[in-house]
Amino acid sequence: MTPILDLRSVSAGYGPFHALFDVSLSVQPGEAVALLGANGVGKTTVARVATGLIAPSEGSVWVNGTEMTGAATFRFARAGVAHAPEGRSVFATLSVEENLRLSFRQSKGRRGVAPALDQAFTQFPSLARRRRMLAGDLSGGEQRMLSMARVLVEAPRLLVADELSLGLAPIIVDEIYNDLARLRSEGTALLIVEQQISHALALCDRVVLLEHGTVIWEGPTEDAEARVVAKIFDHAAGEEPPA
Amino acid sequence: MVLATALGEDLSRAFLQGLPPGSVYALIAIGFVLAYKTSGVFNLAFGAQAYVSAALYFQARLEWGWGILPALLVSVFILAPVLGLILERLIFRHLRTSSSVAKLVVAIGLTVAIPSLFDVLVGFEPVAGQTPTGIIPGGASVFYQPVGVYAFSRDELMAMGVAVVVMLGLAALFRFSGIGLQMRAVVESPRMTELNGIQADRVSAFSWALSSVFAGLAGVLIAPRFNTLAAPDFFNLVVVAIAAAAVGRLISLPRALAGGLGLGVFIAFANTFLPEWALSYPILAPIQDNVAPAVPFLVLFALLVLWPAVRATKEQADPLSGVDPPPPSLASHERSAGLTVATRVFAVVFFLTVGLVVFTQADVSWLFLVTQSVILSTLFLSITVITGLAGQISLCQGSFAAIGGFTVFQLSDRYGMSVLVAALIGAAVAAACAALLSLPIRRLGGVWVAIATLAFAFFFDAVMVKLPWVGGGGTSLLQGTRVPRPTIGPWDLGNDKAFLVLALVVFVVASLAVIQIREGTTGRTLRALRGSELASQSIGISPARSRVMAFALSGFLAGLGGAMLTMHQENVNYTLNFSPFAALFWLVLVVSLGSRTVEGAAQAGAAYALFEAIVLRGAVFGWIFRNTDRIPGIFPISPKWRFIIFGLGTIQFARHPEGLVEFNTRRAHRRAEALMARLGRSRAASPPEPDAPVTEESVP
Repeated sequence: MTPILDLRSVSAGYGPFHALFDVSLSVQPGEAVALLGANGVGKTTVARVATGLIAPSEGSVWVNGTEMTGAATFRFARAGVAHAPEGRSVFATLSVEENLRLSFRQSKGRRGVAPALDQAFTQFPSLARRRRMLAGDLSGGEQRMLSMARVLVEAPRLLVADELSLGLAPIIVDEIYNDLARLRSEGTALLIVEQQISHALALCDRVVLLEHGTVIWEGPTEDAEARVVAKIFDHAAGEEPPA
Repeated sequence: MVLATALGEDLSRAFLQGLPPGSVYALIAIGFVLAYKTSGVFNLAFGAQAYVSAALYFQARLEWGWGILPALLVSVFILAPVLGLILERLIFRHLRTSSSVAKLVVAIGLTVAIPSLFDVLVGFEPVAGQTPTGIIPGGASVFYQPVGVYAFSRDELMAMGVAVVVMLGLAALFRFSGIGLQMRAVVESPRMTELNGIQADRVSAFSWALSSVFAGLAGVLIAPRFNTLAAPDFFNLVVVAIAAAAVGRLISLPRALAGGLGLGVFIAFANTFLPEWALSYPILAPIQDNVAPAVPFLVLFALLVLWPAVRATKEQADPLSGVDPPPPSLASHERSAGLTVATRVFAVVFFLTVGLVVFTQADVSWLFLVTQSVILSTLFLSITVITGLAGQISLCQGSFAAIGGFTVFQLSDRYGMSVLVAALIGAAVAAACAALLSLPIRRLGGVWVAIATLAFAFFFDAVMVKLPWVGGGGTSLLQGTRVPRPTIGPWDLGNDKAFLVLALVVFVVASLAVIQIREGTTGRTLRALRGSELASQSIGISPARSRVMAFALSGFLAGLGGAMLTMHQENVNYTLNFSPFAALFWLVLVVSLGSRTVEGAAQAGAAYALFEAIVLRGAVFGWIFRNTDRIPGIFPISPKWRFIIFGLGTIQFARHPEGLVEFNTRRAHRRAEALMARLGRSRAASPPEPDAPVTEESVP
């Protein structure tokens, strides 16, 4: 089967700073992969390479069998790769409705906007109540909800979700992971970048562990016992590596 | 007639009279808001873009004999969008993630460069008294009196109609169209827009082309108002329009329209009623002529200082800005000791050689230019302090310099004071004015300091210069603002060579003072503030106090430079030397060449005074061939090229805020050090020569 995302021996960084070294990673259609690792090991950089925000300095990026190395970000989006970036992922100066409009107009065309808006507001009634409010004035949880509303209405082929739980209350994190599970059941592949491993392990089929910008282990979730993962995190903090 | 009866004839006439100029302000304000909303750039070059279209329309109509439609089509709907696309593609696309201050500096550079580039390419020369007619036949000669008390010309009705239609059209574009929404999204985060599958580059290019069309349209519509088609007038109008746009917090199109019309009407009221009131209240007599032109600048300054909502309209930080490599640090880079010594040795040798040649060989004109370059170097040290050390963009250095110059004029003219003492007093007065100005703006940051200082510069230009106790009033208009050269004991500095020595001494003393300040507590405090204001405050540094001190120091140096320039030219020559538009070029030069070092200021001074004579007139070839007859035929080149070259030089500010010359000096020094290190290593690692004697040390 052709992977929906295939990173082959990718190295990447920011100007003079190198963050990834020879990373290979693939995600099959409909599969959910958790990308785990301690702070600063390069997880966000992998997510950015996977969605075209950063071009790799070496290696290649393939989406659904087509090479996309160095392609503009909008081409990744049009190929069905969605990205929920770390931190604020909505346009703060646009209203809630305008945020959704911007997304739906591109993906569904002029006539598809109104039904898509109805669908989004039905699924997220709290957003409907705030449709005229500036997205920048929403709480962190509501902003996440807004970014999820965009992808839930128009399910992408692959969603790259970067630290979705960061700074949110546990109950909101649970809701977001319920949404991700629903997306997955509709056939969307997931690449989930997380530090809160329990949620990620519960949802994903496969785990990829990153350390110092390289993949140190990958395998099925069953083999990636939480305590092993925890040890690897401890190793990153300075302890001995696991046997 | 009902309106006239109800409000009084004067009132209604003044109201109607204010609408046409108000609609011109509104038209530019709307264009400015459009550019700001869709590009995030505080585009001071908007006036330059308007000038280019107006000048081409003028050229096509009067020189080439084109009809109205083809001239309008080419100047507004072809040239303007092409210019916008070029600016976006070649310059601003690469500055998207730069700071707003960096973008502003580039826009200032373009304000200086674009009109000159157009003039040189098209061969356009503004002629006094020649302005184009409007875009409708009989625009200035056919009048209508819709309400009986004021007759509108066709041109005026056209400008008002276009302002309203443009505002409605743009509001609809942003409110209802997909592209309007995309334009706003791209300003906030081009990368996040692309994550939605939208091609941000294309949207951005469209934004620039559209705003440029409006700049061109505004330019062509307002050109008939000017006696002479000149770029500084368009720049002046942009500053007025910013005041109108500020009423709408720089983002609201309807409020920009209301702001423009309101300003026009308010000025018309002031022009109508103040002279009448001055008859009854003589206290108003001295200010009656100055209130009206000052209104926009006072409004702009007051809005910036008193209405925090305007400043809060700053652009949202791009949440994906971390994707880009880190920008160059704003904190001042330390030079290595080696580079400092090398630079100082070179400077001493260079100045001694040049000084010897000038003193023995130079004729009067060269002596004049060299002296001017030394004086300007002192003046430019004020920019080194405020921009290089404090990281603030001040656009009123010309006003501070003029304060120095006018103080010398007033004290010597009225009280017969020694001009040297007057120069020091002038510098102190300029420092006090700068410190006072910095008090209300000390909490503004980034571009807002630049705009507030620009408002002050125009206020000074429109009001203060005309006051008898500043610029000398009507008498000075006829006789000039004459200033004698100083004498020190037996030395008469009326001699040009003696005055050059004085200028050099002043420059050396000022340079040493700036170096001491830079290396001392004040310099370190200012550098810390540039690095991080928050971190500086956490260790007890007061940003407000530091900024007031930086402004005062900068004002002192500018005032001193202005006083010296006045003594050198034996006249203040305000318009030529110190007007706001002329002083823009100072910032452009210093920022292009090096805003953080004394050498940068010296190079900028030399470039201002000598670049045209040495390079553009080809004198350098005359020296090389030892014969002025052998200067190649392409010389002299238009002096406008210095505006083009240094104006475009500001583009590098975002990547190399230390200036081009400083950047290249450091790079050359680093390369030289690396080469020396490599040579040292290879010498240490090289095997002994075959026939060299084997010593104990060479045996492993």
